[in-house]
Amino acid sequence: MICDPDVVIRVENLKTRFGDHIIHQDLNLEVHRGEILGVVGGSGSGKSVLMNTILGLIAPSHGTIEIFQKKIGSRFDRTEINHRIGVMFQNGALFSSLSVQENVEAPLIEHTRLREPWLEAVALMKIGLVGLDAEVGRQMPAELSGGMRKRVSVARALALDPELLFLDEPTSGLDPIAAAEFDQLIRTLSDTLGLTVVMVTHDLDSLYSISDRVAVVADQKIVEVSPIAELERSDHPWIRAFLGGRAERAKERNR
Amino acid sequence: MKSLAHPKRMRLIALASSIQKAGFDALPLIAIMTFFIGAVVALIGSDLLKTLGASELVVELVGISVLREFGVLIPAILLAGRSASTFAAQIGAMRMNQETQAMKVMGIDLFDALVVPRVLALLVIMPLLAIVAMLAGLAGGLVVSWGILDVSPTYFAERLSAAVDIRHFWVGMAKVPVLAIVIALAGCRHGLSVRGDVEDLGGRVTVAVVQALFAIILLDAAFAILFNVLEI
Repeated sequence: MICDPDVVIRVENLKTRFGDHIIHQDLNLEVHRGEILGVVGGSGSGKSVLMNTILGLIAPSHGTIEIFQKKIGSRFDRTEINHRIGVMFQNGALFSSLSVQENVEAPLIEHTRLREPWLEAVALMKIGLVGLDAEVGRQMPAELSGGMRKRVSVARALALDPELLFLDEPTSGLDPIAAAEFDQLIRTLSDTLGLTVVMVTHDLDSLYSISDRVAVVADQKIVEVSPIAELERSDHPWIRAFLGGRAERAKERNR
Repeated sequence: MKSLAHPKRMRLIALASSIQKAGFDALPLIAIMTFFIGAVVALIGSDLLKTLGASELVVELVGISVLREFGVLIPAILLAGRSASTFAAQIGAMRMNQETQAMKVMGIDLFDALVVPRVLALLVIMPLLAIVAMLAGLAGGLVVSWGILDVSPTYFAERLSAAVDIRHFWVGMAKVPVLAIVIALAGCRHGLSVRGDVEDLGGRVTVAVVQALFAIILLDAAFAILFNVLEI
């Protein structure tokens, strides 16, 4: 196997199953350094399962996962790379008993020797980075709107200056303007910090505006990985329905 | 078990708030409950003891039953209802909100962060609750003895220190840490096994409480047999 330093994640022959139900079979995927990779697929196709498997939250029944050229097998391997990965879960998954600032500080406390006042300084810097006021730091997650919660979650994911960022449905539940702002935020972060971003999404707007490549999960594997413009020429039925159906669905609704 | 080796890893804030919620808020209720139980024991015992002409034995009756059993059982039962359910619901809601997954991804050990502080909270607070419960139970017995059996409070206190051995207190207190751990673990275990939906959360909270209560009674019986065999 060639060890390409530009490959941040390599998934080979992955098989995941819950009981008799096979989610993935012979799934292969490569994620390159610095790119924004969109992951799309129908509901129940296993996009989130794929993300959770790469993150080590679900154990695959077969296949290998390499992150930063390191084969991930045990929990011990995980702890070595944990601080290089940031994750934004679907609804933010903020710690509800902690304030926004404490949420962002949590990974810092866990992985660094930073203490006050540096802890607060770094946390507020990250909160500012995602476009929120410092005052938000004192609020509790329950007081925030959905969009703000997602931003805080990204701030927490960025706390340790990761090289790799996972986003699970970053724009779902946001209005189109907020979603576009969020997309720009991700693009800016990726460009300025050199982040590699893996983004599970349904949002065609985000795919068109910020993704470098799009991986399509269907038929228990990744059926295609290419820039969205090339994806339009695909003849896979689900991809055609997903991309081509947009104009028709809009027409349908307006009728 | 990293938290035991590195105490700074323990979440002190989480611990403090757990102690407050599990303990101090439960204090008045526990005091009232055991006061009445002490009173009832004295009341029921008084009739029997009067016919036997041994009214003063009411002190031993109340003292031994409260110190050995009720002073420990009542706080345990209340904590099973209050804390096992709270722990299960808190941790279960965190699972549903993917907070536990976020912790795993951050490399935060769930056992360290969620279970250890809660077990410690009950270990710290339950002895205190038991002592308050014992005092309240004795007070309940004292009031009834005074009112119905004409046993004066000074005589009650004298006889209590003379006739009721201090070992009864220690027998009661020896059970406390075991029950505290069992109650906390029942709550945490079922909270951690919540999968997804709200119905499961409700079910798990119920199971946590039922299991904690069952374990308390079973362990208490086991302790009673053990102490009987050891003649303590």
